[in-house]
Amino acid sequence: MRRLILAISAVALTATAALADPISERQAIMKSNGKALKSISAIAKGEQPFDADKVMAALKTLNEDAQKIDVEKLFPDGSQTGGDTTASPKIWDDMAGFQKAVDKFKADTASAVTASPASLDDLKVEFGKVAKNCSSCHEGFRIKKG
Amino acid sequence: MGVAARLAMGAVALCVLGGATFWYLTAPVRLDPIRLAGLGTGDAAKGERIFWAGGCASCHARPKAEGGAKLELAGGVELKTAFGTFVAPNISQDPKDGIGAWSVEDFANALMKGVSPSGEHLYPAFPYTSYARMKVGDVADLYAYMKTLPSVAGKAPDHSLRFPFNIRRGLGLWKLLYLDDDPVVEFPEKMQEPVLLGRYLAEGPGHCGECHTPRQFTGATNDGKWLAGATAAEGNGIVPNITSGQGGIGSWSEDDISNYLETGFTPDFDSVGGTMVEVQKNIARLTPEDRAAIAAYLKAIPPHPNGYPPRKAKPAS
Repeated sequence: MRRLILAISAVALTATAALADPISERQAIMKSNGKALKSISAIAKGEQPFDADKVMAALKTLNEDAQKIDVEKLFPDGSQTGGDTTASPKIWDDMAGFQKAVDKFKADTASAVTASPASLDDLKVEFGKVAKNCSSCHEGFRIKKG
Repeated sequence: MGVAARLAMGAVALCVLGGATFWYLTAPVRLDPIRLAGLGTGDAAKGERIFWAGGCASCHARPKAEGGAKLELAGGVELKTAFGTFVAPNISQDPKDGIGAWSVEDFANALMKGVSPSGEHLYPAFPYTSYARMKVGDVADLYAYMKTLPSVAGKAPDHSLRFPFNIRRGLGLWKLLYLDDDPVVEFPEKMQEPVLLGRYLAEGPGHCGECHTPRQFTGATNDGKWLAGATAAEGNGIVPNITSGQGGIGSWSEDDISNYLETGFTPDFDSVGGTMVEVQKNIARLTPEDRAAIAAYLKAIPPHPNGYPPRKAKPAS
């Protein structure tokens, strides 16, 4: 009997762990995106010399982060509020629209990696495409909080 | 005549007097002839800068318009506030549904005095409280530029406001209290450019204070907390503090601010969001000098702590 209870609590524990904390998970992804963008923005603006390795590393990070955004898992019902989330209720009002925006981000980061920019001009094009996703998604799907 | 009748007559007289006073105080006031004379002919090429600085398309293009459609000023964007829902009107060149029939004087009176050609008060959801600080020459340039934009037929729906805000005449009193064309932030006389240009762009056409400054219960901006951030007019969010006070952007350099206005990225590489996305795209069309001037102004204004209440404590669970 004790074993059964232990087993059940173990299962219950893993189940909770799987959902862990979607809010902090999605925030960690966004932080990592910010870091990656920062590392190449000076290059994209021509303020730092072009460095293909650095550029690829950043684009790969962005792409890996983007592919991690599983809307169902990271934005489940019940994660509208809590912690210091700045996710807008519009995400849940318009799941299809949000999914579309996430899919676009995924596609744009993947194609930036495939393009493997070899010059500043190539980078500018890819950087511009990827960076546009930030504001277009934050325009409707995030709210600023104090 | 009995006492009651006398009292009744007195009450009627008071009402008439009160009504007359109200009517007198709420009369629309247009620009004086001396200022109107400064309008000149207007230069469309220069007016384009004012158009983007003023953010006209953000409210007056159709909702979610992109690219060339941003220049079709058919209106229709809704602003849901505590007073009711405002709907941005058609300001395209259509002579019937838009403003194609307006003279440059009509345009200046609307923009700087909030008075329509027929003499009605316009609601300050249209930020003439900021545009009042514009140079008349810039207003004429803007008029000339807007003459080059397409004419689009079709009126936008009317505003839908609660009583008493649906009575336009009452706005006359509000304007007596709150409409003036002086700069908000006074600088010492020796203040150098580009701060003064930045003040003009931010306080005038850019109308930053309309969202970034908290409002009093009357709906007027609380200028003692100028640009200190505010509870958003729509939704549950806030508009950030853009002074150097606590919670503001004191840690940003002028370059950081210019860069944000150009690219939409903060120094930490968070991105612009919400309604600021539109504003940032507009400001990105200005020259680097204009953006640097706005940055210099924001670093020169008095610092204030956040103008919105602190966030509620996190829920226990």
